[in-house]
This record gives sequence, structure tokens and C-alpha cells, in this order.
Amino acid sequence: MEDRSSGAYWTQVLKLLRNVLIVWFVVSYGFGIILVDLFNKVSLGGYPLGFWFAQQGSLYIFVILIFYYGNKMGKLDIKFDVEEK
Amino acid sequence: MDLQTITYLFVGASFALYIGIAVWARAGSTKEFYVAGGGVHPVLNGMATGADWMSAASFISMAGMISNMGYGGGLFLMGWTGGYVLLAMLLAPYLRKFGKFTVPQFVGDRFYSKKASAVAVICLLAASVTYIIGQMTGVGVAFSRFLGVSNEMGIYIGMGIVFAYAVFGGMKGITYTQVAQYCVLILAYTIPAIFISMSLTGIPIPQLGLGGNFAGTDISLLAKLDQVITDLGFGKYTTQLPGSKLNMFIYTVTLMIGTAGLPHVIVRFFTVPTVKAARSSAGWALVFIALLYTTAPAVAAMARMNLHKTINHGVVMSVQGDGSLFIAENSIVYNERPDWMKRWEKTGLLGFEDKNGDGRIQYYNDKNKSPEFMAKVEAAGWKGSELKVNQDIMVLANPEIAQLPNWVIALVAAGGLAAALSTAAGLLLAISSAISHDLLKEIWVPSLSEKGELMAGKIAMACSIVVAGLLGLHPPGFAAGTVAIAFGLAASSIFPVLMLGIFSRTMNREGAIAGMLAGLGVTMFYVFAHKGIFFVKGTEFVNAIGGENFFFGISPNAFGAVGACVNFAAAFAVKRMFPAPPAEIVALVESVRIPRGSKEIGGAH
Repeated sequence: MEDRSSGAYWTQVLKLLRNVLIVWFVVSYGFGIILVDLFNKVSLGGYPLGFWFAQQGSLYIFVILIFYYGNKMGKLDIKFDVEEK
Repeated sequence: MDLQTITYLFVGASFALYIGIAVWARAGSTKEFYVAGGGVHPVLNGMATGADWMSAASFISMAGMISNMGYGGGLFLMGWTGGYVLLAMLLAPYLRKFGKFTVPQFVGDRFYSKKASAVAVICLLAASVTYIIGQMTGVGVAFSRFLGVSNEMGIYIGMGIVFAYAVFGGMKGITYTQVAQYCVLILAYTIPAIFISMSLTGIPIPQLGLGGNFAGTDISLLAKLDQVITDLGFGKYTTQLPGSKLNMFIYTVTLMIGTAGLPHVIVRFFTVPTVKAARSSAGWALVFIALLYTTAPAVAAMARMNLHKTINHGVVMSVQGDGSLFIAENSIVYNERPDWMKRWEKTGLLGFEDKNGDGRIQYYNDKNKSPEFMAKVEAAGWKGSELKVNQDIMVLANPEIAQLPNWVIALVAAGGLAAALSTAAGLLLAISSAISHDLLKEIWVPSLSEKGELMAGKIAMACSIVVAGLLGLHPPGFAAGTVAIAFGLAASSIFPVLMLGIFSRTMNREGAIAGMLAGLGVTMFYVFAHKGIFFVKGTEFVNAIGGENFFFGISPNAFGAVGACVNFAAAFAVKRMFPAPPAEIVALVESVRIPRGSKEIGGAH
């Protein structure tokens, strides 16, 4: 029997948050700032890749992340029977 | 038709549209005045949030900052969008479930304390008023150019218009007007960018154009820009850092968590029907914001390129280090300067001083002291950079520099004003509700009538406009820089207390209050040390306590994240010394965590 308590729901929510925040951190702070010099050695069209992540790429990924999160949360709400009625 | 007439026409038409919508949707009761009845669709709410968000700082100032900062300018782009991810995941759905409509109310209830609520009002005021100073700076730039008056006069006129505008309608008016404003400002931003990208790279989409080749050559636009500006002694565009990598990192964190702590943005998420809608609203908001934010770096780099191209005819043909930028005839003759320069000279935001008396304009980095570069400058007979360009004019001047048709220039003026007005109005609303409702009605004068509350709110708006306008005359930085300080204040005070309220069941009121005071205090101290006490020039005391950016080279605009750490640390330290929160508060925190049972927002009556 799977745990359907609100405690278990919260654990799942925190897990999802952690995963999304890892991607969020890696693309912006990781690729765009900390490792920028390394990534700049590669180019994407006329963009140095690190520069692209800092000024373009992370923004696109942020948008995807929010929708991904909203979608996953909607499913979690239903699974744990806590969605709005 | 001449430019001035078309500009009046565009600005007039856009204003008529906003006012028309505001009248149509005129607010009735107090609740409608603040949150529009809680029934706005996520996509529309996203657009309105976008307009609210993208202020004069984003529209007018940000690309100018990036233009000057190059790669480092990415901190504004990542910071102001990445914060939305935090907002959407960590705060918006929970605050919506909580069902109160201002930040101080949440703090007051969650931390079972009117004192905590009052401290939250102070934090909110500090961040919002600073933010409006930045807006007024931007409004001043827009109006001065548009009406052909001095920057100072532009700020006075802007104060009047912002006031009339914000007092006129409530949030409902504002929500729908802001949808209209979003449409105006995004068109105004992207259309010139498309034209310019087309002419510089032959690619119509600016996001791709920035990665394209400089028209007619096989060298990329960014590489060409790097070459031109390094030849002129500036830092390399694609790698230039704002101070240090650490400063850039912290600055980005500050803007991100500040985004998630700004009261006028958070309040947006009280206006959606459900918790689910609060999540998707943040997503849509970011889509609409990203449209402008991914265009901005293209605008920035292309404006820089066009500016240099206008001043120095050597730009197009030059190759790295061939010295063609230093040939005397390549610098333009002042008397043959294009009309846009004459127009901006009137505002005082662009100026020429013929230091070497040759009647030509030399524009380069005269702070660069490398002997090699100095030798070139000497040989060319240059006696210092002769052109002063205020960064804040870059976006507005951009279509003029690129010689786009007059209607495009007029559209940009309308867009800039839309951006400034919409955000100023949203902020003023947050300020007025904090003072009239959270402070007066809830704490000082519980007997206050609904009418009295509305009146108090309007008086609070008027006072904040005057204060912000006067401080805006001598702003602590460019519009975007000043706004960054506001983010720092929100980051160090409001964001942590909201996080603790939602994610810590055991945080008590003493901890929360101590955290807010410590975070806000330390951030204000650092900022005031650099920028003057309450931004009054001449009261800086940074040299008395360790010199500029003394804390690990972190600039005052970036300091908010450090303040947030202090906030968290103080909160947890003080928490231990006082009793745990009562059982009903723990139950409240648990109930906020699950969506079921969310209600229409109430709380005012």
C-alpha cells in the first residue's frame, strides 16, 4: 500500500523542487557564470556558448522549467487526492 | 508628418486606450480596487504581470546597461527571469492558497503578530519606494526626449502623469490596462529590433541575428563588435565581467530572490482563481517577459555597434588592430552629426566636448591606460573621449541611430512610457494598500471606514510619488541600477520571511522579526555607505569603513543576497531563544502546503 498522506505528498513536492532547482542552477550559474570560459570555447552559430547561456539559453530553459513544474504538480495533486474541486 | 507630430499621435492614442479601459473597468469596492475580484485568466494575468514587471528599468535602461557591460549584463537577464522560477515554485501557489491579499497580511497571520506585519510593511516600503525612484529616472528620460525638455522637467511631468494614472483606477482597471500596455510595449521593443537585426545581419529574428554574421562579411556580429571596441580600448564584449565572477554570481542571486520577494509582483498571484492557475500564471508571465528579455541582448549589442558605426566611419572596414579607427577623417565632423544627436543634446543626456579642437567627435575608452593603447591615441592626436552618452538613452535612441522610419521611433516612445507607467502604478498600489490597509486599518485605526481607507491609500500614493520623484532628480544610479537596489532590499527582507513562513513549521514570530530587521538593516547599511544615507549625495561613508565594495568586492547593488543570508541566520538564531509557534499556526502551515480548500480571497472585511 503506497503512502497517500499529506506528509508523503510534501516529500514528493520537495523532491520535485530539488530536481527543478538543480537544472535551474546548472544552466544559469553553472554554464552561464562558473564554467563560462570553458563553454565559450565552443560556439553556437556566432555565439560563444557560455555567453549564449548567460544571455539567451538559461531564459528559454527557465520557461520550460516552470511549465514542467506546473504540469508535474498538477499530477501530484491528483495522485494524492489534494487537488482543488 | 514630422517626427514630433507622429510621436504625439502614438503616445496620445496609447494613453486614450489605457484610460478608456480604466474607465470601462472602474473599481468599486476596496477589494476590487486591490485585486480585481480574483477572476483573471492565467494568460491575461501573465501578460499583465509581464507589463507590471517590465518597467522603465527593463524597457528603457536594461539594454543600455547590457550594451555597456557586455557579457556581464547577462546578470540582469538571468536574474530577472530566473527569479520567476523561484516565484512560481516556492511562493506563488502557497500564497494563493493562504488567501490573503497582501504580503504584510500573510506575515502578520503566519507569525501571529501585528509587530511582524508592521515590520513587513517597512520592508515593503523600502523596496517599493527605491524601485519607484528608478522608474522616475526612466520616466524622466522618456518624457524629456519626447517633449524636448530637460531631464529634470521630464521627471516633474512624469510625476504628475503617474499620479493621475495610479489614482484613477484600481487593480481591475490596471489588470486590463496592463494587458493593453504589454501589447504596446512588446511591439515597441521588438519591431525596431527586427529592423535593426535585418540591417546589421540580414536575419529578421533578433535572437538569431545576434548570433549571425555582420552583414556583407563572414565575421560574426559579436566577433566584429569585440574587435571594434577592443581596438577603441574598451573591454571585450563577450567576456567582460562586472567586477569579478563572484560579484556577478551574487548579483544574479540577489536579483533572482528579489524578484520572488517584490510585493507588487507577488500580489499578482492573489488575483488568479486557483492554486493551479497561480502556477501557470507565473509560467505565462515568464513567456511574455522572455520575449522582451531575449530580444534585449540583441538590442544591446546592435545599439553599441550602430553607435560606434555612426561616430567612426572606420568601423565597417576595419580589421583587428589595423588602426583604421584612428585615421582622422574617419571620425565624424561635429557639424555634420545626425539629427538624433541634436535631439538628445537638448535633454542633456548626450553631450560633446571638443577636447582636441579638431571639430570631429572621438569616442573611445580614455580610462584605458595600457601603454600600447596610449601610444595609438597619442599618435592620432586624441585628447580624451569627447562624447558623453547616458546609458539610459540607448533603447530610446536606438531606432533613431539606425535611421528607422519615424513611426517606429514614435512607437518606442509610447512603449517606454507604457512600461514606466504600468510598473509605477502597480508599485504605488502595493504601497497604498500596505499603508492604508495593513498599517492604518489593521494596526493603528481599526475603526477606519472603507472610504477613509481608500482616501488614505491615495494620499500615501501621492506622498510616495513626490518622495520618489525628488530623489529621482539625483538618482543613485542608472534606472536599472537603482531598481537593482530595490531588488536587494526585497531579497534581504521579504523573500526570506516568506520562505520561512511556508517551509519552516517551527519558525516563530521573534525569529521572523529579527530576521527581517537584520537582513534589511545590513543591506541598507551597505547600500547607504556607498550611495549616501537615503541616497542623499554627500553622505556616503564607505571610505570610513573600508573603501568601495569592501565586502569581498561585492558591489552595493549586488548585496541583497548577503543580506538574505544574514536574515536567515538571525531568524534561526533568535528562534531558539523563544517559544515555538502555537499549534494552530503549525496546522495553518500544513494546510497552506496542499491546494485543496483554496477559497476566493477575502481578508479585507
